[in-house]
Amino acid sequence: MNFEFSDDQKLIQDQARQFLAEHSPLSTTRKVMDGQSVYDSHLWKSIVNLGWTATAIDEQYGGLGLGSLELCVIAQELGRSLTPIPFFSTIYLAAEIIQQHGNEQQKQRLLPSIAAGETIACLASSELAGQHLFEARQTQFSNGQLSGKKIAVLDGVEADYAIVSATDTNKKHSLYLVNLHQADIQRTLSPSIDSSRPLASIEFINAVAEPLGADNAASAILTEAFDRAAVFTSFEQLGGCEASMQMGIDYTKQRFAFGRSVASFQAIKHIFADMYVAIELARSNAYFAAWALSVNDKKLPLAAATARVSAIDAYYFCSKENIEVHGGMGFTWEFDCHLYYKRAQLLSSIIGSSRWWREQLVSRLLDE
Amino acid sequence: MDFNDTKEQAVFRAKAKSWLAANAQAKRQGLMAGTQEDRYQQAVDWYHKRYDAGFSCLTWPKEYGGQGLSQMYQVIWNQEVSHYGEPDEYFVIGIGNCGPALMTFASEEQKQTLLPRMARADDIWCQLFSEPGAGSDVAGLSTKAEKTGDEWNINGQKIWTSGAQYSRYGVILTRTDPEVSKYRGLTMFMIDLKQPGVEVKPIKQIDGGSHFNEVFFNDAVIPDNYRLGEVNEGWGAALMVLMNERLANATAAPDGFEDFLNWAKASDIDGVPASQDPIVRDKLATWYAQHAGVEATTFRMITAVAKGGVPGAEGSLGKLVGASMNQEIANFVIQQLDAGGQLTGDESTPLDGHFQSAVLMAPGIRLAGGTDEIMRNIIAEQVLGLPQEPRADKGIPYKDIPSGNTGA
Repeated sequence: MNFEFSDDQKLIQDQARQFLAEHSPLSTTRKVMDGQSVYDSHLWKSIVNLGWTATAIDEQYGGLGLGSLELCVIAQELGRSLTPIPFFSTIYLAAEIIQQHGNEQQKQRLLPSIAAGETIACLASSELAGQHLFEARQTQFSNGQLSGKKIAVLDGVEADYAIVSATDTNKKHSLYLVNLHQADIQRTLSPSIDSSRPLASIEFINAVAEPLGADNAASAILTEAFDRAAVFTSFEQLGGCEASMQMGIDYTKQRFAFGRSVASFQAIKHIFADMYVAIELARSNAYFAAWALSVNDKKLPLAAATARVSAIDAYYFCSKENIEVHGGMGFTWEFDCHLYYKRAQLLSSIIGSSRWWREQLVSRLLDE
Repeated sequence: MDFNDTKEQAVFRAKAKSWLAANAQAKRQGLMAGTQEDRYQQAVDWYHKRYDAGFSCLTWPKEYGGQGLSQMYQVIWNQEVSHYGEPDEYFVIGIGNCGPALMTFASEEQKQTLLPRMARADDIWCQLFSEPGAGSDVAGLSTKAEKTGDEWNINGQKIWTSGAQYSRYGVILTRTDPEVSKYRGLTMFMIDLKQPGVEVKPIKQIDGGSHFNEVFFNDAVIPDNYRLGEVNEGWGAALMVLMNERLANATAAPDGFEDFLNWAKASDIDGVPASQDPIVRDKLATWYAQHAGVEATTFRMITAVAKGGVPGAEGSLGKLVGASMNQEIANFVIQQLDAGGQLTGDESTPLDGHFQSAVLMAPGIRLAGGTDEIMRNIIAEQVLGLPQEPRADKGIPYKDIPSGNTGA
C-alpha cells in the first residue's frame, strides 16, 4: 500500500503553492469580490503559462496528459489561495465533460484552446433554487436552437462556451454545447454570497446549440462529471480548510487576553483540535477518492460522494470557527475570515449541495 | 498511490483468509457473546491456536515468538479477522504495550523466556500506570519504589488496570524520587503479580462487567533486573511504550459503524425498512463519512510507518472520533426502538442486544487510553503546536504538588 502522492506530484504542489503565495495574495481575490472585474485575467494568463489548464487534458488535444492526481494537488493550492480565476468551471467541469463525452470534432475544437487558456467554459444546468441540478424543466431544445434560462452559472459572465442541459421535443434530456458569443444570449451578473467568484444568469432565446454527448444522457453524464468534479472540489475545500485553520492559529497565538495567549485556552485549543479532526477526515477521504479517480476504480462513486460530504462539512466548520476565534474582528470586512467563509458556501453547493450528496452517498453505500 | 497488495502480501492474505475460514468463529454479539469469563477463556484459546498457526504478534522478531513481518501484514490480518467473532484485541495492551517495552528494555534472556509466552497468551500481561490520584495526569502518580540492596520495595495503589485479574505480569510505573519535578522522578519495572504483597480487586463497571481492577501493593518486592530503563527515566520509557499503542489503537478502535449499517439494512421502523427512513439515511451519511475518513487516515499512517516514520500523535484522531461515534450510534438505534429498546435480555432486540451492551460500554471507551479532552489537548499541543495550558505544577518538586480528590 502506498497512500500518498508521489514526489513529483508533491513537487508540482510545492511549486503551485509558492507561485500562488507570491502572485495570488488575497488582495487579488478582494478586487473581484469588490466588483472591479469578474476574474483576474493576468493571473489566469500566468497559470496557463505554468501549464495548469493543460494538466489533465490529453496530449493529442494540446494538453500535458498528466493524471487527475496532478490536478488534485493544484486544486488544493488554488483553494488555499482563493485564486479568482475560472478554473473550476473550465477545467473540473467543462474540459472533463468534453474530454469524456465530446465528439472528435468538439474535442479538437475546444480542448486545445482550453489547454491554452484561450477558451473559458462553464456548465449551465441550474434553473431554480431547490430544483434538482440535473432537471431542465424550462430549457428547451429544438431544431438546433436552445431557449430558456439558467441561473447561478459559475463563471457564466466571462465564459466563451457553456454546456447546457435541456429537454428536446421528445422529452429527452440531453447536454448541448453553446457558443456564448451570440446575439440571442443575455447574461446578467447575479449578486451572490461569494462575489469573488461571480455567478451569472443566462437567458437563451433561440440560441444556436449543438448536442454534446449521447442523446438523453444528461443525467448520466452529469452524475459522472459531478463525481469527478467532486474529487477536485474536495481538494480545493481542503486547501481552504487548512488556510482557515492556520489563520485562526496565527491570530490567537499572538493575541493576549487575561494575561495569556488566547491560543493557550483549552476552549480555543479544542476548537482547533476539532478543526484538525475534520480536516484530516476530509483529507483522507479526498485522497481515497483521488486514488479511485486516478485508476477509475469501481469505488469512485461512493468515494467521491464521501469526499464531497466530508469536505463540505469540514470547510463550513473551519471557516465559521475561524471567525469565532477571531472574535469581533472576524466579523469585519477588513479581516479575511469572511473570504473563506463565503468560498466555503459557494463550493458547498455549486455541484450539488450537502443534501443531494448525502443522499448519493447513502444510495451508493446501500447498493454496495 | 496504490492500494493493491504486493505479491507477498496477497499470498499472506489468502493464507490468513483460508485459515480463518477454517478456525475462527462467527460474530456473536450482545446476549450471545457469553459471560466475561467465557470471553476470556475464548480469547486465551484463540491466542493459543493463532500462535501455533503462526499468526500471532506478526511484527515481532521470530526469536521472540513473532513472525518478523512488517506493519502491513498486521493490517492485513486485522482486516481479515475483523469479519469474525474472535476477541482478537483482548490482550492488546499486554501485547501492544508491554511487549515492546520488554523488547526495548529487558535482558536478552528475559525476552527469550517471556515474550513467546506472552504471544501465546500463556502469560497475560497488564499495564499498571493510572492511579486514583493520577488519571489524565498520569505523571502525577505516587506508588513508591524504594531500593534496598538489589531489590525494590513497592507500595501504593494502581487503578483502571485492564485484565489485571487474569495477569501473571505487569509493567508498572513508579515514583522513585519525590524531591524533583513530577516527570523526572519516575522509574518503570516489570512485576510478577502472583507474589506476596500484591492484591487485585476487580472494579464493577456501569455495564456490570469487571474489565478493570484496582491493584494494591504492600511491600511487594521486585528484583533490580526487572527494571525497564534507567532509574528516574521512566517517563520517557512510558511515552515510548504508549507510542506503540497509537497505531494499534488506530487500527483496532471500534466505531460501531458496521453494526449500524447491518442494523439499517436488516430492520424495519413501523413496517418501513430502516434504510429508507430519511433520518436514518442522514445518520448513515454522517457516520459513514467519518468511518471512511478514519479508515483512510489509518492507511495514511501505515504508509508513513512503512516509509520508516514513527506513528505520531495523529493516531489520537481515530480514537477520538470512533469512541464518540460508537456511543452515538448505540444511543441512536435504541431511540428507534421505543420502550422495547430498553430490554437487554430480550432476544427479539436487534443484533442480539448489541446496541444495549454498547451504550453501557461506550462511556468507558471514551475514557480509556485518554479522555476525549486529553486527546484534543494532545492534538492541539503536539500536532498543531499550540501553547500549553499554564501549569500550576511546573518546576515544583513532586512532593509539594496537590493531587487527586482534595474535598472534605
